[in-house]
Formats: sequence, C-alpha cells, structure tokens
Amino acid sequence: MSQTGTLMGFVHRRRRGAELFLLVLALVVGIGAYAAVGLGVEGVVPADLVGYGGWLTALIVAAHVTVRLVAPYADPVLLPLVAALNGLGLAILRRLDLTYEANGFDQHTFARQQLTWMTLGVILFVATLFLLRDHRSLQRLTYTSGLAGIVLLVLPFLPVIGSAKNGAKIWIYVAGFSFQPGEVAKVLLVIAFAGYLVLHRDALALAGRRVLFVDLPRGRDLGPILAMFGISMMILVAQNDLGSSLLFFGLFLVMLYVATERAGWLVVGGLLFTGGALAAYTFVGNVQNRFNFWLHPFEYYEASPGSGQLVEALFGMGWGGLIGRGLGNGFPERVPFAYSDFILSTIGEELGLTAVMAIVLCYGLIVERALRIALISRDGFGKLMAVGLAAIIALQVFVVIGGVTGLIPLTGLTTPFLSYGGSSLVANWVVVALLLRISDQARRPAPRLDPVDDSVADSESTQVVKLR
Amino acid sequence: MNKPIRVVSVFCLVLFLALLVNATYLMYVRADDLSDDPRNRRVITATYSRERGAILVGKEAIARSVPSDDRYKFQRTYSEPFKYAPVTGYFAFFSQTGVERSQNSVLAGDDSRLFVTRLVDMLSNGDPKGGNVQLTLDAAAQDAAWAGLENLPGDAQGAVVALEPTTGRVLAMASTPTFDPNNLASHDFGAVADLSEQLNADPRQPLVNRAIGTTLPPGSTFKLVTAAAAIESGNYDADSMVPGGFRYKLPQSSTTIGNHDGGDCGGRRITMTQAMEVSCNVTFLTLANELGTEAMADQAEAFGFNDTSLEDLGGQAESLYPRDMDAPQTAMSGIGQSNVTATPLQMAMVAAAIANDGDVMRPYVVDEVRAPNLSVLDRTDPQSISKAMSSTTADELTKMLVATVETGTATPAQIPGVEVAGKTGTAQSTADRPPYAWFVSFAPADDPKVAVAVLVQSSDTSRDEIAGGLLGGPIAKAVMEAVIDP
Repeated sequence: MSQTGTLMGFVHRRRRGAELFLLVLALVVGIGAYAAVGLGVEGVVPADLVGYGGWLTALIVAAHVTVRLVAPYADPVLLPLVAALNGLGLAILRRLDLTYEANGFDQHTFARQQLTWMTLGVILFVATLFLLRDHRSLQRLTYTSGLAGIVLLVLPFLPVIGSAKNGAKIWIYVAGFSFQPGEVAKVLLVIAFAGYLVLHRDALALAGRRVLFVDLPRGRDLGPILAMFGISMMILVAQNDLGSSLLFFGLFLVMLYVATERAGWLVVGGLLFTGGALAAYTFVGNVQNRFNFWLHPFEYYEASPGSGQLVEALFGMGWGGLIGRGLGNGFPERVPFAYSDFILSTIGEELGLTAVMAIVLCYGLIVERALRIALISRDGFGKLMAVGLAAIIALQVFVVIGGVTGLIPLTGLTTPFLSYGGSSLVANWVVVALLLRISDQARRPAPRLDPVDDSVADSESTQVVKLR
Repeated sequence: MNKPIRVVSVFCLVLFLALLVNATYLMYVRADDLSDDPRNRRVITATYSRERGAILVGKEAIARSVPSDDRYKFQRTYSEPFKYAPVTGYFAFFSQTGVERSQNSVLAGDDSRLFVTRLVDMLSNGDPKGGNVQLTLDAAAQDAAWAGLENLPGDAQGAVVALEPTTGRVLAMASTPTFDPNNLASHDFGAVADLSEQLNADPRQPLVNRAIGTTLPPGSTFKLVTAAAAIESGNYDADSMVPGGFRYKLPQSSTTIGNHDGGDCGGRRITMTQAMEVSCNVTFLTLANELGTEAMADQAEAFGFNDTSLEDLGGQAESLYPRDMDAPQTAMSGIGQSNVTATPLQMAMVAAAIANDGDVMRPYVVDEVRAPNLSVLDRTDPQSISKAMSSTTADELTKMLVATVETGTATPAQIPGVEVAGKTGTAQSTADRPPYAWFVSFAPADDPKVAVAVLVQSSDTSRDEIAGGLLGGPIAKAVMEAVIDP
C-alpha cells in the first residue's frame, strides 16, 4: 500500500451537511415524480402523496441519521444518488400500476410492494452500519460467505422450493415469498473473493511465465479462476441465465486483475469467457436466439420466441425522443416486464433521453464513488471489496441498460434500485451500506502515530513505514 | 492495487459512455425512423387518442373527431362520406389515404408549424389538439359533381374534376363508385380489416380516386392539345383551312381511319373551327402527323403530361405522352388514341390552361392550414408550372371551343346567358375496352371561373360522339353553373 502514503496528507471532512442537502434534492425527485405520475395519469395530485412522501422521507432520514451516528466520515454522495434512483423507481412503478390496473392486468401493486421492500432494505442498511463497525471483520468470513454464496446459487435447482420463471431458474419460493438468491449471492461472493484474493494475491501475481509480453499465471494458480468459470457456466447452462453468469464471471475477473495487477489474468479470463460464450452460442438455443434478436430485432418482431419485447421497447424509447411524452402519455404496457428488466424503456418513453442520461450518469457516479473509495481505502480487503461492489453495479447496469437499448444482446438482470424486485433492492441497499462502511474507514483521519510529546519525537529517528 | 483500480475506472467510463452514446443514437438519431415503422402502434394509437383536426370545405367540417367513450378517446367521423371520400381519404388504424394521409402531421398536431400550440398545450397541461385543414373545394360544385355521377345510369364509373383556371384551386373532385370512410375509421378493427380486404378485392376498385388515379386514352378531348400545338407552330389559326374528308390513311400503313359519324366533316377543306366543332378525326390525324412526335410531346408536356403535379394527394397516376412513338402512332395520338393516356385531372388542366391564357397552374386541394384556435398557419400560394401556349393561341382555341358548344358536338353544356367553351370525347378504340366518354369545358369563355373535366365509363355509353356528350355534358354544365351563379 505504498500509494496510500501520498493520500495521507489530505484529511477528508465529514460533509454530512452536503449529504443532507443532496438528500433533500433526491426526495424532491422521488416525491415530485410521484406527484407528477398522479397529475399525468389521473389529472390529480395523488391522495396519498403526504403519506407516501412522509414514509419515503422517514426512510431517507433514518438512513441519513444512521450514517451520521455510525459512519460520520462516509462518502456523502452515494446515499443521495441511491435515494433519488429508488424514489424515481417507485414513481415509475406507481405509473405502471395505474396503467396495469386500467388495462385489467392481474398484478398492479408493484409500487406498494416495492416500498415495503425498500423499507426492509433501509432496515438492513441501518443494521449493517450499526452491526458492522469495521468491514475488515468480514475477512474472517471469507470461506463461510463463499460457501453460503454457492449454496444460494444452487438453491433454485432444489425441488419444492426452486422454481423457473420465464425460462430462468433463478427463483426460490419459501412460505409464499419468492426470492432471488442470486442477488444476495453476489454480495457474499464479493466478500469471499476479496478475502481469498487479499491472502493469495502474491502467489497469483508473482509466479508465472512471460509469453509474448504478457505474464501468464502458473497452471496451479488457475484453480480458482477455473472454478469460478465452472460456476458461471453452470449458471448459464442450468439456470438459463446469461446475465448472472456474465455478471459473476466478470466480477471475479475484475477483482482478480485488481488484486494481482496482472493483465495476464484478463487474457486468460477473456479467452475462457469467449470460449464459453461460443460454446453456449452453439449448444444453448436460448443464447443463439438472444444473439439473433439483438442483431436483427426487427426481423423477429412477430416471431415467438421473438424480439417483440425489445422492439416495443425501442419503439417506445424512440417515441419518447429528447424530452419524452410526459408521465402518463406513453404506452409502457406495450412492453412486457416494463416493471422489472425493461423499466428503462418506460422512463425513456415518458421522460425521454434527458432522464435516461440522468439515470446513466447517476449510476456512473455511484460506480465512480465506489472506485474512489477503493482508491483511498487503506487496506487491501477494503479495496477489493469496494472494487467488487463497484464492478457489480457497473456490469449489471451496463448489461441491462445496454440490453434494453439494443447495444448488446439482451440478458435478464434487474436495473439496480429502479426495477421492481425485493431481493435485488434489499441486496443493493446492503451493497450501499458496505460501501459507506468502507468509505467511512477510508476517509476517517489516520490515527496519530507520532508520539504526543513533541520533544521526544524530535529525538526519535524511527519512521513509520507501514500503517498497520 | 491502485493502478488496476484506475484501469478499471477507465473501463467503467468507457462502458457508461457507450451507454450514453447508444441511448442518444437510439432516442434522438433513430427516433424518426422508429416512429415511421408501420409496426409502431404507439404513433397511430396516440393519434387515435388525440383530438385530430378537422378537414373543412367552406365552413363545414367534412371530417372531424368527436369524443368517443371506448378505449380511444376520439372517433373520426365524415359528415358526407361518399361525396368527399376521394379527397379526404380515410383514417384507419392500419393505413390512411388522401388528405388524412398527406396532411397527417398537421391534423395529428405533430407538425412543426404547430410548435407554439404544442408548447402551450404542454405548459397548460391541456390535451394536445391537431390543426385544421381548409380545402379549396367549393361545396356547391362538389354537390353538382357528385349528384351528376350518382345519377348516371347503370353501373357507371366516373370522375369529375373542376379547377379554378387562374389559380389551380381544385373546386370539385368526385369519383364513383366510392366508399364510406366512416366504416374504415371504426374502432372495431376486425370489421375494418374485413371491409378493407373486401374493398381491395372489389373489381370496381372503389378505393381508387378516378379523378387522379385512372388513366385512359383521352380521345377527342386531346384534340385541344393537337390544335394548340398546330396553332403554336405559327402555321394555323381558328380560320385556317385544314384537310377534311371521309378517311385518313395512316403513314407507313394501309389502315385508314374515318370520322366518328362516318361523314366527311363538311368537305375536303374546312376551317379549323369547323374541324373542332364536328370533332373531325381526319383533320387532327393529319395535323399530328404533320407536327411530328417531338412537337406533339413538347406541347403535351407543357400541359403537364409525363408528370404529376398535384402534391396534396397520394395515389396519382402519371398522364402519358410517350416520346418513342412511330409515325402512325403519332398520327393516332392526335385524336387521343394510341399510347396517349390521361387522368381527368390532366384534362381539366388542359381546359384550365386554355382558359387562363395558356398558363398552367399547379392544382391544389389544401387551401389553408390552421391552428386549433383557427389562426392561419400557412396558405397555399397559386403557382404557375408552365406556359403551355401564347395567349393568342389560347384565344383562338377558346373561339373554336365556344363554337363547338354553340353549334357543334358539345351542345349539352350550353348555359343560357353564359358563353361556354367545351369539347366532347368518346372512346372509339377497341371493342374489349369498356366504352367511356370524356367532356372538358370551361366558362364563362370571356372571363373563365371554372374548368371541368368529366370521365364516364359505362357499358351504356354508345360509341357515338354526341351520345358521349349527353353523358358528360350535363354534369360539366351543372358543375359550371354551381360555380358561376352560387
């Protein structure tokens, strides 16, 4: 950690006031959007605006107060960004609910449920910050969380509780609740990877041979990467879930690269992934379809399975144009699953390119803040965890938004904080709590290592070369 | 570990930039293409849910949207569906025609000229409304044209076009058989699809606007063009002596062609006026042969052949005067046979050009575009397309045509107290083609206010020139009267 020395000269301020100001802006976005939905769709300000706004405000204030109490040095921008996205997502879900209700759809209480999930998410956020006073204690749980992550990934295959929905086996049903264990697994896997890599990084980094200017790792070190590759492929083939498979493997590769500082791992991983993707393309019909729908969406518009969903989303976003049609003036019900994976198409249709850009920038800022936390973190475990969490958000956002806007083949992933989905929302609130905890540690002024007595200090010749 | 973290940061930056660029490309650059895709239901559903502007004739809205209580907020209705269908077209969920299509952006409220209105609607949170389109049609003339076509005997198919010679305004445009656009604008899409299929399969082609979409050899009415070319050549005027007689032998051929009544047009040498009055085939075959393909084609194109000139309506057919005809074909073209074909609109343009001192005006049906609050956003200015002949030539031709109505074959178009210029035409070509009659005219001859072309296809038509005049003449007369004394 030679770099941290240069950063030591700068002492971070707490900036909790700035966070509060930004949170007020985020609340204006969330509650304002909720009011605009009522005005746009029904022509009146929603009757429950005060109750809803109060609830949202209470949740945000609770989160803010928690940060003030137990993580005073935490990054001041992350929480407002997340609050704005979550609030906007709730308003959009409310807008979809109204349309679904008018069109006689079975499910039209997404916003209400999402608010419940958000409440649970904020409770877990608060609990995480209160209980986890130092993120390094998670390092002790490296193998436990790794095992738990893998168990969670396997759960959907089990009889009785496992269930396939829309072709993807990523759900479990317990006591009437459906749950996507993969969403929690990704957080656990970040902890496991970070713990493992921080211990083994030297071995992974130093041994190996050089081939064509690239340092390739030793064969025996390939074990973990092959294991991760295997898990990803298993998810892809068995669960039929291209998105999660890409996410897990990408996450592992990024963390491996950061830990070892060796681009050779990226080459190996890239080759493995390309090979896997080619194999999947050849042998898994679903993957082939997705590829064709991506390349020629308009030719499969009426086919089944076809690209109708994607094309409707593209039509909708094109129709929205620069500033959108206005909340309530679009036809988001034309896009299946507009409440989950395709929520961005609704936003594009009714709020336009402007809002889409704002949202992408919000995600970009979240990732930027997370990576900044990684940069200034004083310990390797914290760095790796922050990078891992940043990578999860970046990859997930890229895969789902890129898929919905036709940049890359479509894969099923939720848009963090926006899409309807309890597991995803709760897990992402915990991700934010972890990031804030790491940043609190990183931004906190360094402990005074020089002796209090200056006269003695002058006579000391020993210098601190390591911080911990 | 900070160096790879920075690399990862740059990588993430690239990912997010790619998302931003792609979103811009999709939602800004490609937006119009996506909205133009016929499978894009949003665009059409939105226009169905919005108050579409009215199409007006005079002060009456012949097409307007009324509130509807089903899944779409508005229902398009046509107050006089059959009479105006060829012009208004229809506004169905799956396709649109006529003015409904050509003026769609105004009617739907998307036109850039309505930008201010849209902005006000958006700020005041009012429902966006479409603009109105004022047509040039004259209700009385359209009534007369439609009544004339409706009263034709049997299974007659026909079309009437009336133009204001000095401007090119279309005063009447009717076609029969036609259809009821109300049924196609219905929100019962299943019934609409069935009806649409049925209309498309109908051999009588009710969806075709015959006034602009049907081309047939113009027969003797084309003699106006031949006469114009002859006089423009400088060798003839209304009183010049031209060949008459019983028969004409085609060049490079042994075929001979006689006159429609089998007579000799009144002698071997007759005046041009006399030739026009009796519609003498021999004279105009001779003249066309003498003038040659080039001169004839130039004259025809000066009138607007080989092109379409009406920009406000789709479904137009080009009137043709091919430049690659041989000598016998060219001679035949002089009496509007051979490969010459024309739409009723084109023949009305010929009459209107003669009436307007030789100036061919661009025909138009959209007079004004108005905002929902009725303020005028745009007005079509009359535009001259070409000079078909000198005003002297036009005067000579007018004299000949007035004589034709007074004492010649076109007497059915006479209006007491008004000098009318006109000419009949009848199909005499082949037996397998359904017989049809043409009539073109304009009035008053000294100060023309209206030029009319009538086309009637009917199995009841006798192949006699005068009988053809009896079918088309009264319709033309009624339309002219409607315009002259309102």
